[in-house]
Amino acid sequence: MSTLKIKKGTSKHSAYDLRDPHSNVIERHTLAVIVDNEAGVLARVIGLFSGRGYNIESLTVAEIDHTGHTSRITIVTTGTPAVIEQIKAQLGRIVPVHEVHDLTVEGASVERELALFKVTGSGDKRVEALRMADVFRASVVDSTLESFTFEITGSPEKIDAFADLMRPLGLSEMARTGVAALARG
Amino acid sequence: MSKPMTGARMVVQALKDQGVEVVFGYPGGAVLPIYDEIFQQNEIRHILVRHEQAAIHAAEGYARSTGKVGVALVTSGPGATNAVTGLTDALMDSIPLVVLTGQVPTFMIGTDAFQEADTVGITRPCTKHNWLVKETDRLPQVLHEAFHVASSGRPGPVLVDIPKDVQFASGQYSPKQKMKTHYAPQVKGDIGTITALADAIAKAKKPVIYSGGGVINSGPAASQLLRELVAETNFPITSTLMGLGAYPASGDNWLGMLGMHGLYEANLAMHGCDLLINVGARFDDRITGRIQDFSPHSKKAHIDIDPSSINKVIHVDMAIIGDVAHVLEDLLRVWKAQGRKTNAEAIAKWWKQIDEWRAVDCLAFEQKGATIRPQHAMARLEALTKDHDRYICTEVGQHQMWAAQYLGFEDPNRWMTSGGLGTMGYGHPASIGVQLAHPEALVINVAGEASWLMNMQEMGTAVQYNLPVKQFILNNERLGMVRQWQELLHGERYSQSWSEALPDFVKLAEAFGAKGIQCQDPKDLDDAIMEMIRHDGPVLFDCLVEKHENCFPMIPSGEPHNKMLLANAETQGQITGTGAVLV
Repeated sequence: MSTLKIKKGTSKHSAYDLRDPHSNVIERHTLAVIVDNEAGVLARVIGLFSGRGYNIESLTVAEIDHTGHTSRITIVTTGTPAVIEQIKAQLGRIVPVHEVHDLTVEGASVERELALFKVTGSGDKRVEALRMADVFRASVVDSTLESFTFEITGSPEKIDAFADLMRPLGLSEMARTGVAALARG
Repeated sequence: MSKPMTGARMVVQALKDQGVEVVFGYPGGAVLPIYDEIFQQNEIRHILVRHEQAAIHAAEGYARSTGKVGVALVTSGPGATNAVTGLTDALMDSIPLVVLTGQVPTFMIGTDAFQEADTVGITRPCTKHNWLVKETDRLPQVLHEAFHVASSGRPGPVLVDIPKDVQFASGQYSPKQKMKTHYAPQVKGDIGTITALADAIAKAKKPVIYSGGGVINSGPAASQLLRELVAETNFPITSTLMGLGAYPASGDNWLGMLGMHGLYEANLAMHGCDLLINVGARFDDRITGRIQDFSPHSKKAHIDIDPSSINKVIHVDMAIIGDVAHVLEDLLRVWKAQGRKTNAEAIAKWWKQIDEWRAVDCLAFEQKGATIRPQHAMARLEALTKDHDRYICTEVGQHQMWAAQYLGFEDPNRWMTSGGLGTMGYGHPASIGVQLAHPEALVINVAGEASWLMNMQEMGTAVQYNLPVKQFILNNERLGMVRQWQELLHGERYSQSWSEALPDFVKLAEAFGAKGIQCQDPKDLDDAIMEMIRHDGPVLFDCLVEKHENCFPMIPSGEPHNKMLLANAETQGQITGTGAVLV
């Protein structure tokens, strides 16, 4: 990997511009894409990723403006800096795409994901599952004599951690929404 | 201002309002209402092709030779799927098209109805944008927007899928108006970067301008400004296959085409330059050769209207996003206003070096013996037609490269070829589209016999509309480029690369009602070409050429520009290692 010629702190551009464009380091970026909510728009975005061989780690979409008929697609993707730049440029070419924001480089952002966990068990394991859920601020949204269904929101890492804890306690099913993200402030 | 009318009438009305004169198409069940409207008017001319793929290529030829949007109309299902190759071709070469497809009625969509296909699904990756219109009231807006999207920014094909019930139903038609769309690509380049480029131009010692199809797409003004930039700087200029004609082949600064089958001087100038100015090209793999060794010592500037072209393949130092004509105009204004001068002494030295490369005369060949060499056929075609009002189309393969090497293009929009997709079967229908746009011009399709057979049915179209297109076939009874690669890469095992049952092309022409000419003796060639030119009607010219000729110069795949093979090079096993997996 070649070293950068720019000295940190001397550029008027953001720290992002200090990244080496030739870097082979794989980065994880969260993109927010504002699109017209029309038939096929999601297929265009997904088709772009599959057709050009880019990764999708998670993707969420819903209409955010019912009068303007715009939707927000949040995509978590990975790639080298050059690939991430290419992904953004390619998204920008899609005709119903209005805006492409790279939340990972445009300053601080918050990322949240919601998940539902079904944990089946009895006796001590059932009590422990309820106790751990409390620690993680997960709430019980359904219960039977054999199972609990927990709802948890948080960063993807927090949800991963919760899943790891629930597995030995009888985790039988899980549903995750993928990341929704907003820039801070 | 809006008027009630049926969806089918709206289609024809919208085409008229958009200034469309010619539609290439083929009828079928799902477009019958539109064909009924076409029948009842005389303003728009419909050209009946023999295959839907040809409708798209003909529209491409029309668009490429006029700068206007090409229009095609085909039916649902197989009509739409046959159009897919043409759409992909137009997308790769940035040709503005509006393609209208019929669809089964809305209430039958999803039932696997007769001649139903998911047209918008199938064509999503091969159009710039597409629409399925389910309400007649939406149709006018979508049709007008289709023309806007096809022709704005980087041009490309769009498709409007219209179910049959939408064509029959009535709605409110509104004429063409100011678009209510957010789609408005940036055309003005960043003036700071343009000034930086002017700085680099002033400092350059070994510069080269590398122009592409974007200059043609930007319009005649862009070609004019490019010529002015060359005159102003005395920089050498080369071009991609798609950009031929933007700078005249007779111009002093012309190096010829670059790339895999480009000229020696053009490729060595690219390899050795210290400033590379890419004007509307996209660093295609046919141009760059091995990426790591591409123009290794140069500062690189890239002018392109499509932000995704920047840094896609080659990392550049100066990226200017904008329309070529707008950017060149600003560049020349900055250059002149600041009274800039180039380093004339260094440039003169650079030209001396280039002249040494030119002296290699990489396209030289000797015509001897009783068989016509394809290069000779091209050279004679050039000599006998260059003074005509001439348009050239090609198919894909060796003949295409020989045409690019040996024919000279003085103006933009005179050269129609399938560059990005490399579609065999493109040239014949494209020549029909060109001839319709330029009825008085000499339109020649330089072809190979294998490519030409892929859309030979269009001879019927040429005869029906009395289009005097000249099909100039370099007949080597081989898939010449495939054969060449098998020689270079596969130990001369010529797997399936020849045809043992070619038709008698003269009789074939006559069967269609056209004129056929065959020529195999070099002594007869000039007379035969003159006979072809003089004949007022479509001609199929079967030029029997040397069967085992290779196309040189050539950069073997996976090699850099300075590792070119020249004529008479040892060819066997020239493509090896990592280059072998490249196409």
